[in-house]
Amino acid sequence: MITRHRFRKITNAVMLTLTGLCALVAVGAMLAILGFLVWKGAGSLNWDFFTKLPAPVGEPGGGMANAIVGTGKLLLIASLIGLPIGFLSGVYLSEFGGRPMSFLIRYVTDLLSGVPSIVIGIFAYAMVVVPMKSFSTLAGGFALGVMMIPIAVRGTEESLRTVPPNLREASVALGASRTTTILRVVIPAAFRGILTAMMLALARVAGETAPLLFTAFGNNDWSPGWTHPIASLPVMIYNYAISPFRDWHRQAWAAGLVLLVLVLLTNIAARLLFMGRAAEAER
Amino acid sequence: MSSPGIGRVPIVRASARATEAGAVPEAPPRIEVSHLNFYYGSKQALFDISLQLPTNRLTALIGPSGCGKSTFLRTLNRMYETQRHTRIEGEILLDGENILGMDVVALRRKVGMVFQKPNPFPKSIFENVAYGLRINGYEGKLSDAVERSLRRAALWDEVKDQLQKSAHALSGGQQQRVCIARALAVNPEVLLLDEPCSALDPVSTAKVEELLFELKESCTVVMVTHNMQQAARVSELTAFLLDGHLIEYNPTPQLFTTPSDPRTEAYITGRFG
Amino acid sequence: MATAAHPAAPQVRSHAHPPGFFRSFRNRLRKLIGTDWLGYVLSLVAAVLILAITTALVWQLWTQSALSRAKFGWGFLVGRTWSPLFEHLGALPFIYGTVVTSVIALLIAVPLGLGAAIFLAELAPPRASSWLAFLIDLLAAVPSVIYGLLGIFVMVPFLRQVVDPALKRTLGFLPLFQGPIYGVGLLAGGLVLAIMVVPFIISVSREVLLAVPRDQREGALALGATRWEATWGAVVPFARTGIYGSIFLALARALGETMAITMVIGNDPKIRASLFAPGASIAAVLANEFVEATTPTYISALIELGLVLFCLTIVLNGLARLLILATSRRGGAPA
Repeated sequence: MITRHRFRKITNAVMLTLTGLCALVAVGAMLAILGFLVWKGAGSLNWDFFTKLPAPVGEPGGGMANAIVGTGKLLLIASLIGLPIGFLSGVYLSEFGGRPMSFLIRYVTDLLSGVPSIVIGIFAYAMVVVPMKSFSTLAGGFALGVMMIPIAVRGTEESLRTVPPNLREASVALGASRTTTILRVVIPAAFRGILTAMMLALARVAGETAPLLFTAFGNNDWSPGWTHPIASLPVMIYNYAISPFRDWHRQAWAAGLVLLVLVLLTNIAARLLFMGRAAEAER
Repeated sequence: MSSPGIGRVPIVRASARATEAGAVPEAPPRIEVSHLNFYYGSKQALFDISLQLPTNRLTALIGPSGCGKSTFLRTLNRMYETQRHTRIEGEILLDGENILGMDVVALRRKVGMVFQKPNPFPKSIFENVAYGLRINGYEGKLSDAVERSLRRAALWDEVKDQLQKSAHALSGGQQQRVCIARALAVNPEVLLLDEPCSALDPVSTAKVEELLFELKESCTVVMVTHNMQQAARVSELTAFLLDGHLIEYNPTPQLFTTPSDPRTEAYITGRFG
Repeated sequence: MATAAHPAAPQVRSHAHPPGFFRSFRNRLRKLIGTDWLGYVLSLVAAVLILAITTALVWQLWTQSALSRAKFGWGFLVGRTWSPLFEHLGALPFIYGTVVTSVIALLIAVPLGLGAAIFLAELAPPRASSWLAFLIDLLAAVPSVIYGLLGIFVMVPFLRQVVDPALKRTLGFLPLFQGPIYGVGLLAGGLVLAIMVVPFIISVSREVLLAVPRDQREGALALGATRWEATWGAVVPFARTGIYGSIFLALARALGETMAITMVIGNDPKIRASLFAPGASIAAVLANEFVEATTPTYISALIELGLVLFCLTIVLNGLARLLILATSRRGGAPA
């Protein structure tokens, strides 16, 4: 009996320590990723990286200015497609949806969020690249936009649902229409949450590579307008990383650092915004 | 000693029982609490409580909600340790040994507990009752021990053909008796009951009360209840708590008929709480 | 916004007294917003657009792969050769690579993730727990191409020089750990996937564990269970459907993951027993060959691979959501 008791106590201590180790490994992985990128990337970062075009193979130097602008342009198109559709559908689900229709929309949105990003790439290829007969900013933006929709829908719907029903009733009781009520009362009350969701959606697709491979493709030069192949940071990282050139590897690390910082900062900002809301609600 | 329809037993009968049981306070104490103070953070919840819980008697703790009766109960098996920022001062002796210095796992094996809301595990009835035996490495035949415990909890006849059924499929009253059987399986010396009937219907309550009479033949029982009739029916001793202070602790018939403190009288006559 | 819509309003006199036309437009707009149906119609249109997009997605995958489906039939799924030049196209090497890497990923990620989730939900002080969970959520936000970058330049050399030789020495009697060591290969793919899906397992499991009612934990503790026994014997079983859900979710992620695995798997469409050998996954072959595919059959076969991947992940995601939903709805009590 005594030994059994000791065995149990030891098991207890061992297992609890192991779970702590697991958590340590997970957190350690995060810190290691950050550490490696800073270590390897910071050395290759300089002003040229942000202002110059990629140098031809064999020539040292050069930068990724076109990829940085390209990522911006792609995200702009993606936001124009993904955010309005996502936001309005979220409003529909929270404020209007009847039973069968809401169920259908929710189901389809879940389905869409589970589609692998490379498959979204094929879809955008078939929908945009084939008819236009060219890789383009529009095609890449379309692919990213489709990926943003489910995140925006869910975030909007959840935020709107936290608005207490009596607020809506109060407004309607004053003779306001449902449209007015939503515009003037419900959306302002849920504004922070919605903004958080939008930022998370943006951060999520900013780092996407797979759907861009055969939609935006890539470009070593500036891409004029919206209908030409365009460079982006993630695709650039991929191409440079699998290349055999040492100089390009350095550039890939630098681009990785920039991309990671961009994505993480957006994420942190979005979450802080949301926490701010929670704190406000507590007060 | 099973008395059918114990739910309707009047107060007088209960007090008669208590007297029959002999001079109650003279039974040797199983638990001795002295100068117990308890804090949640900076807020004090129990103030200098001292009392003795006699062996194989049922002691009821009564008082308005928030008076500290559940908190007190949770000090007896150190269940308060699952909450954060709690602090305890004083001494609690179980058979002469201070529980605050004991191994908490060994302590809880000796001091069982049944909660306010039935909380069976999402396992079969059998596995629920066998749980405590399994973790303690029970050497005998599990099925015998499970049957014994279910019989003691007066549930055997109702569930003997469906021991593999999920405990969650039972009624609330049956679930609570599964929880009692689960606590009894490890043969605790003391059983703590935290308002065990508050979530039950009157018929189930009667069954649980009936069971309490049998339990205290082999077990020291401490029960928190918000129901004064219940306290009067089943307990030998009653302690009245108010705002964390022990106001009065006396044999049940005495406390309910001739309370020595005006606050007790006010409470039992329904003037507050 | 009214002025923007009518930049050429003819007679602008003063701001205080908008012209009749302008005023009537504003009034009309106000009236429009004053109706119940405007918001309804706008949001309904958006919702229907989602339906349309998803339908188009399925339709495109289906029709664009018609050529390949007609030519290879069900045999496509079990064909072992992938030779675009001769149009012998079978998906099995990719399905094999996808499944093997995902299984490796789960074998590592499930214990690790569950352990970390238990620590965060049961043992860590709430404040520390939410900070650590925050860090781990950030881990989930790291773009896949960055995992690939670290995979190529940090993990693969480490595997080649340290881990693989050690495995070969100790477990070399198993066919799994025989053959030449390249660094890149199925094992590398599985490892990088493991690190990528761990955050999903942790954050979902942590939430379902936190949702387990306190009385379950106390019920076990009151019987003299140690902290670990109460966690493993009472809390975890209570949350198990939700935990299964998190595993399915992780599996769906692993199957569909593209960039990181493309960069470390070696991209050789052969089926080999050794985990050291290079392989290929569905997502990786799409990333590598789609742009270069020239003949219609080749493209169609690649799109059919996309369809296979789509179906796999959809089924898994559906199951995951059902399980998580079942946990939250029934307060965790499994059947």
